Amino acid sequence: MLATKTPLAVDLPLGSNTIVVTDLVKRYKGAELNAVDGISFSVREGELFALLGPNGAGKTTTISILTTTLVPTSGVALIGGHDLARDPSGVRRAVGIIFQKPSLDLNLTAEENVRLHAILYGLFPYRPFFPLMPVAYRDRVRELSAILGIEREMFKPMKTFSGGMKRKLEIVRSLMHRPRVLFLDEPTAGLDAPSRRALWDYLREVRAETRATVFLTTHYLDEAEDADRICILDKGKIVAEGTPAGVKRDLTHEYLVVDAADRDALRLELAGRGIAHRETPLFEIPLDGVGAHAILRSIDTPLTTVRTVAPSLEDAYIKVLAHS
Amino acid sequence: MIAAGELHSIAALAQRDLTKLLRDRARLITTIIFPFIFIGALGGTLSANFGRAPGFDFLTLTFTGVYAQTLFQSTAMGMISLVIDRENDFSQELFIAPVSRYTIIAGRILGETLVALPQALAIIAFGLVIGIPISPGQLAALIGTGLVVAFFGGAFGVLVLAFLNNQRAANQVFPFIFLPQFFLAGVFAPIQVLPWYLEIASRIAPLRYAVDFVRGVFYAGSPDYQHVVLEDPATNFAIIAPAFVICLVVGTFFFVRSERNR
Repeated sequence: MLATKTPLAVDLPLGSNTIVVTDLVKRYKGAELNAVDGISFSVREGELFALLGPNGAGKTTTISILTTTLVPTSGVALIGGHDLARDPSGVRRAVGIIFQKPSLDLNLTAEENVRLHAILYGLFPYRPFFPLMPVAYRDRVRELSAILGIEREMFKPMKTFSGGMKRKLEIVRSLMHRPRVLFLDEPTAGLDAPSRRALWDYLREVRAETRATVFLTTHYLDEAEDADRICILDKGKIVAEGTPAGVKRDLTHEYLVVDAADRDALRLELAGRGIAHRETPLFEIPLDGVGAHAILRSIDTPLTTVRTVAPSLEDAYIKVLAHS
Repeated sequence: MIAAGELHSIAALAQRDLTKLLRDRARLITTIIFPFIFIGALGGTLSANFGRAPGFDFLTLTFTGVYAQTLFQSTAMGMISLVIDRENDFSQELFIAPVSRYTIIAGRILGETLVALPQALAIIAFGLVIGIPISPGQLAALIGTGLVVAFFGGAFGVLVLAFLNNQRAANQVFPFIFLPQFFLAGVFAPIQVLPWYLEIASRIAPLRYAVDFVRGVFYAGSPDYQHVVLEDPATNFAIIAPAFVICLVVGTFFFVRSERNR
């Protein structure tokens, strides 16, 4: 059970573009180079879209512009049908964001943080104390605290919360106003492995129930493997985009690794049969449309090692950055 | 007209500042003690030496001066919390909210005014303890004018902060802005007669109008009025009101611009 059980208010048909970015440029004051250098991309309704790139690639700059906290130097962006320049308030209403650095007031309780957010977004009227808040709000907070397992901590100062718990609370808070697009700027940075896994389990649940579009930036390539589409940014420019499988296919190749006790015989046989390969020192045979089974059947030399290698997104990522 | 949602947001933001003060006992105690030192030590010393020699009671003059100065300075310096929020990354949460930027700043000014209120009440209580005669009418006047002065101080604080990047800069700049005003505004001593250059500086100092406004209302109908008050309260208010609006609008504009136009 999730906080946002009601489907989001969706004006655009599923599959249409909910984020459209055209020629976006950002040059910080005094900088000689553009932090974001004329990027264009679109994100479809309900997609999990991952923006990848090394430190300083322009990921946070892009996300800051798309969430109205930073003014672009030039370019156009439409978020949920709202023009970033002309209707920033509409954009703010349409998006939820988890910033790279937690933006919780640690002097307040978890509930007070959630309440401030709910009032700022016009979801509930201001009341000075939790018991005076409308029943709907109190029910929602109880529901959220049950999901997070923090029924007792909900009314204690945030200082006692772990990093993972703070992140979860931020996600819960950002979903209070049922945003159409959820921006996550390196949401798992600084979390330990169990917290990362728990957070992603929770995010999958959120996506399944809310159908919100998720725009993610991350350093962890395994997190982007689940994305519907990815976009790799380097030095402010897009250097690759598409589905994770597509990007991998375009940039890397699946290959067969074999070895034999009699390496000279194997080398001769591969050359004789015209099978392209390279020695690293094992024999790597690219599988460009050729089945591993067919290649293995054609080799007579007794093999000591046989395995296929499917490159990860990380391999593709490193390759594309090396090229750029 | 301000939408109801914006008013709810202002109230929620203001409560946040008050909650933080009430949870920080050390800050609560020091903010209340500091004005006591001014009135008790400085005012007491001056009063003991001059008494009513200048034609009015020195202790009451210092009391009203410190009262106005404390409220003005407390809210102005309280606005440093805007920069602290920026440094703690909390301002992101505020500035992505779909409310007016003026609502956010107004909420903070109201919050810091509420934070200054316990100080105001403590000063009044201290004034009564040390024997300053305060009638019920004057008590109401102190609270009413105190609120005006606190709002004015908050807006002035936003204007100053709009041009400062971090807390360290703010902590260095604010004393430079306030210390001269203590004297130019006549917080501790009357400024009816000043050399021309100090007169010009005094008229530029916003605190002058805040202090004189409080005194103008407090001393109304008193024989000391003519010795202590510079301008009538209506004149001071006519200066404070537009100055408040200008500080708020210009300060908010530049503060938000410094947040977004990096």
